[in-house]
Amino acid sequence: MDLFDNLALGFATALTWQNVGYALLGCLIGTFIGLLPGLGPISTVAMLLPITYSLPPAGALILLASIYYGAQYGGSTTAILLKLPGESSSAVTMIDGHAMARQGRAGVALATAAIGSFIAGSFGVLLLATVAEPLTEIAFLFGPAEYFSLMVLGLVGSIALSSDTIDKSLGLMVLGLLFSLVGTDVNSGEYRFTGHISDLYDGIELTALAMGVFGVAEIAFNLEQYNRERNRNATLAKVTQLIPGKKDIRRMMPAIARGTAIGSLLGALPGAGVTMASFAGYALEKKVSRYKDELGQGAIEGVAGPESANNAAAQTNFISLLTLGIPGSAIMALLLGAMIIQDIQPGPQVISNHPAVFWGLIASMWIGNLMLVVLNLPMVGIWVKMLRVPYRILFPVILVFCSVGAFTVRASVFDIYLLGAFGILGYVLIKLEVSPVPLLMGMVLGPMLENSFRRALMVSRGDLSIIYSRPLSLGLLIAAGLLIVISAYPSMVRKRKAALAEESA
Amino acid sequence: MAPSFIRNQPDFVLGVLYILAGGGFAAAASRYDMGTLAYMGPGYFPFLLGILLAGIGAWIVLRAMLIRGARVRLAPWNLRSLFWMVGSVIMFGLALQPLGLVIALVLLVVLASLASHEFTWKTTLVNALVMVVLNVGGFVYGLSIPFPVLPQIAAFQL
Repeated sequence: MDLFDNLALGFATALTWQNVGYALLGCLIGTFIGLLPGLGPISTVAMLLPITYSLPPAGALILLASIYYGAQYGGSTTAILLKLPGESSSAVTMIDGHAMARQGRAGVALATAAIGSFIAGSFGVLLLATVAEPLTEIAFLFGPAEYFSLMVLGLVGSIALSSDTIDKSLGLMVLGLLFSLVGTDVNSGEYRFTGHISDLYDGIELTALAMGVFGVAEIAFNLEQYNRERNRNATLAKVTQLIPGKKDIRRMMPAIARGTAIGSLLGALPGAGVTMASFAGYALEKKVSRYKDELGQGAIEGVAGPESANNAAAQTNFISLLTLGIPGSAIMALLLGAMIIQDIQPGPQVISNHPAVFWGLIASMWIGNLMLVVLNLPMVGIWVKMLRVPYRILFPVILVFCSVGAFTVRASVFDIYLLGAFGILGYVLIKLEVSPVPLLMGMVLGPMLENSFRRALMVSRGDLSIIYSRPLSLGLLIAAGLLIVISAYPSMVRKRKAALAEESA
Repeated sequence: MAPSFIRNQPDFVLGVLYILAGGGFAAAASRYDMGTLAYMGPGYFPFLLGILLAGIGAWIVLRAMLIRGARVRLAPWNLRSLFWMVGSVIMFGLALQPLGLVIALVLLVVLASLASHEFTWKTTLVNALVMVVLNVGGFVYGLSIPFPVLPQIAAFQL
């Protein structure tokens, strides 16, 4: 089968009215949460995960994926009009975007963000479609040792680029791995770490952990801040002229191209994610743009570059998840959870075993990007009204969806208590200034990591050298080691601290 | 006040938590069958991870005490919001089986809203009503999740 046939199959799947509906719904939800500061895609995807259990596999993945890339569009609107980062990935767009808005060019800035995101998104999807199949063929050379090393690389990658020092994230990741082992051991049937609580025999529910750590904990923290600085009145910029002029288009195109390139690259790396991509996109403009002196004062490049970069990254983020079954970021980890629940065994065999799901998801991502342009440009006035929903109404709603969602998964009241407990843990982590993302990564990858470790050593009859004597496995481990070394450099630590607060929120 | 030899307070606390969690998991894992490297029992992998976590914790604790650098204090803890948020979630769980989804949701929204400085009964009750309609409609009728909807009073179930 060649790419054309595959895409035809994909569009046939994605264009059924249910799947178009899921994509539209996801784009709407994504834009909405992207707009709202203080509610991020991680907690939203976690909240909606339980609902997707009752959907067919393609529909579930289409819905969750479109929330994720939709949030990248919405975040820029808040950044430009309100000078608040709706998402952490649009924090840099704020600088020039809001400066443009103050000059009465809010409409042009919004249009630039949308056009840039669409071009970058389309390119990202195309890239995903072309590299996916060749990559899976490499993956068929993998034995358990290679899988173990690949997972180590994925885990290390997801923490190497976070803003925390590596030892703290590493510890949190190990804690996540341990949490994932709670419950029945598949090999021996023994109950581990359950404390004779029968509700734990099936393990800790992933959604309860994710919603507790990202939802409940963040609400408690946000509320603390919100109550302290009451009545901060942000002024909303007016949207006028939406259509950019000829000169604007001439200036934005090169920046879009650069942003797309760097975003696609960073998105494909494990752990880099969308926030990193938008910061890199901005940094690149600062270095190479012809108008770099205007950056910071409302240069169109300062919107086009980072916005294209984060949306390209949002699409290429899917590459390692869909081809190797290794999630590169917290959202991808949740999507992996969704795949497992839909009985899609993640890994290179996804494309051949579930072609309709795989190509349907890819096609729907392009359709979704198209929808988002339409949703965001002509309808921007409606979205702006949404920004006026006060937090005091919003946060009980989030809490309701977390609590109801926790019960929904296994119809278990115990999971509601788990949600509360993980809320406390998440709050402690926020106060101790560690990002909870590695915890989630460990929780998702733990069972597979243990399984591949056990299988590799069973194959080699207890000879540990199987992990480092095979060239492919060794190469992956070396890559993981390099990431740790690079991230431990003090200059890197400082740069990252300055650059990104955190993936979540 | 924390003793002065702790230079980085948040890291110190985190390190101690890692030691406790890692030690706890390793101790519990050591009671399961370890097996051999070739045929690992259920205890082997978690035991390794527990030791690793405790080791990382010990390193962080040492680092927080020994490495020179600016002193970092623990951020102020204001447990009020956390208490209300977690409390209302737990209350929802406790209320769900005996009292049903409708009452549990109203309790959850009211309790959570009380934590805001801008609490008003009117907005809160409207919010609760919308949540009841949405959730009962969506989850109970739409997705057929087996929620108890109304109070389950033993006397009525004779």
